Amino acid sequence: MSQQHNYLEQLENEAIYILRETAAQFEKPALLFSGGKDSIVLVHLALKAFRPGKFPFPLVHVDTGHNFPEAIEFRDYLANQIGEKLIVASVEDSIKKYNLKETAGRFPSRNALQTYALLDAIEENEFDACIGGARRDEEKARAKERIFSVRDDFGQWDPKLQRPELWDILNGKVKKGHNVRVFPISNWTELDVWNYIQQNNIELPSLYFAHERECIVHHDKLVATSEFIQPLENDEVVIEKVRYRTVGDMTCTAAVPSEAKTVQDIIDDIIQTRVSERGQTRLDDQLSEAAMEDRKKQGYF
Amino acid sequence: MNTLRFITAGNVDDGKSTLIGRLLYDSDSIHTDQLGVLQKQTKQEGVDIDLSLITDGLRAEREQGITIDVAYKYFSTKKRKFIIADAPGHEQYTRNMITGASNSDLIIILVDARKGITEQTKRHASIGSLMGIKKAIVAVNKIDLLNYSETVFNQIKEDFEAIQAQLNFDEVHFLPVSALVGDNIVSKSVNTPWYHGKALLETLETIELETTENLASRFQVQWVIRPKDEAHHDYRGYAGLVLSGSYKVGDTVIILPANMATKIVKIEKNLESVQEVKAGDNVVLHFENNIDISRGDSVVLYHQLPIESNQVKSWISWLDNAPLQVGKTYLLQHRFKNVRVKIQEVTQKWNVNNWEFTNETEIKLNDIAQINLRTNQSLFFDAFEDNPKTGNAILIDETSNNTVGALLFL
Repeated sequence: MSQQHNYLEQLENEAIYILRETAAQFEKPALLFSGGKDSIVLVHLALKAFRPGKFPFPLVHVDTGHNFPEAIEFRDYLANQIGEKLIVASVEDSIKKYNLKETAGRFPSRNALQTYALLDAIEENEFDACIGGARRDEEKARAKERIFSVRDDFGQWDPKLQRPELWDILNGKVKKGHNVRVFPISNWTELDVWNYIQQNNIELPSLYFAHERECIVHHDKLVATSEFIQPLENDEVVIEKVRYRTVGDMTCTAAVPSEAKTVQDIIDDIIQTRVSERGQTRLDDQLSEAAMEDRKKQGYF
Repeated sequence: MNTLRFITAGNVDDGKSTLIGRLLYDSDSIHTDQLGVLQKQTKQEGVDIDLSLITDGLRAEREQGITIDVAYKYFSTKKRKFIIADAPGHEQYTRNMITGASNSDLIIILVDARKGITEQTKRHASIGSLMGIKKAIVAVNKIDLLNYSETVFNQIKEDFEAIQAQLNFDEVHFLPVSALVGDNIVSKSVNTPWYHGKALLETLETIELETTENLASRFQVQWVIRPKDEAHHDYRGYAGLVLSGSYKVGDTVIILPANMATKIVKIEKNLESVQEVKAGDNVVLHFENNIDISRGDSVVLYHQLPIESNQVKSWISWLDNAPLQVGKTYLLQHRFKNVRVKIQEVTQKWNVNNWEFTNETEIKLNDIAQINLRTNQSLFFDAFEDNPKTGNAILIDETSNNTVGALLFL
């Protein structure tokens, strides 16, 4: 690796390399697009990898039905702006089709249910590779993830049987029916993502910046009220200036108090804060210490 | 600010996980909620937090108290961003260490001060060296348990230096440390006044990195960009990574295997036209002549031709549960080019523990050997020693699609 490149350039180069390798090695890849910052960065990297050509893959959004309207709006705006194909896979449909149940309790999570819609979309469209914005620094099961992560017909991840990944030579060979999850920004941290957004002037949904919102205070976390989450009688309801550090479902993503108006403000916020991204904002990762490990084994990203 | 990737070699018993935990903890890289989980998991009484738990990620690993797979950890200081490949040290996981080492610029070899240089130290050092790592730090750990003895430290240093001649490291640093207590990890310890070098973190921050920029120029076509729309009717760009050296507009290049000469007329990087690009850049090249060029073709300068051959001598590190089969057809992936190969013979096997060569020809999981192989079409490559970007390849079993071997061309 060259000494002359700064670390953001190194990360960018690595990601573009992985995207082109995915395009070259697979018949029908797809880019999983959530409308969140990590997948927006992926789209930006894909522009650098493939323009002036078209993307050699569609964008695929697994819509849980509980998404923030701002994220959906931004998704459609971006797809339209870059003129690339967007496929929406609906978790709502999977719930009806398979009679699925979201997690019980006050703040139901459809996180694990995304897997059904995703696997259906993979089968229907015969995708052999799905590019995702997961990062190894997010969580300890992800820390062991490969760049090209092989999944069987059920989308399952077996941490004990991962392929060795030597140098940056990527082996994308899979049996028919198996597929590969591709993680171009594996080596990025949350701060790297924000620094890159800053450096490249990347547009984001308004959710990421401080705004006033009505929230329920639940175990020190702020959960926005919405059509899905209504306050109960004994709830402490506040109107706070908040922003979202991650964009998941409205039902199980917490907001953080913030005054951050610009990307630079957010970067300063993150440097100050001592709580991890998922720990601060996801109500569903804390259920068990191995929650992510379990979901990944079942076919999650 | 740039990035240093390093691997830590050693067993749990040597304090490897504790060392990484200490680096992350003392450099404020652990988030408070993760600390909460760690405190919950730390079951020993009287111990506030077990640092080794920071790196042991999967449930199976926590249950067995070992590292099975390579885990990647990230931290940064004002000077550098660091990526740690935390690989298992047990012999049965050699392939994971090979994987971690292949993506590292530096290796930290942990030596237990009480045990000195062992068979395991030799194994870790030689794997790092074989995989092309040029910088090493020998961390003599648990020095606190020997009253911070300078004599013990010097003896271990001497013992390592005695075997160093057989290794390919350019630079080796020796440090007396205690990962558990924190001596010489992020700051110099008062307990080792006789040690005049830097603490581990400062060593990691200041070590100079290798670059492939001064090597012969190498580029393989990764992806062809042909938009075929009105606005870009004649656009034909060859995208790829500059593996080594540099290219500039006006260079006369040879396209291989076609063996045709042409000129670079335009170079794009990040969608902008540039005059010159260097190792590590992802670029799009445009050529003067309309030559049929496809993925895997090499673009080199006319006076810096690589080796062309269909007979290759190579080191191989075997990574699969099924043993190597002489005579069977495998797929060789040389960066963006796939060719079919047959391993003709195993010339010698190398014992990583005692560094002896034997005539054994049965090569199993975790074994390292030298082989001769024949490819069904010419490869354009360099010896790994001359170019770490074009002198390596992976071997794929066409039935299982698994990556079964790491190749380092001789």
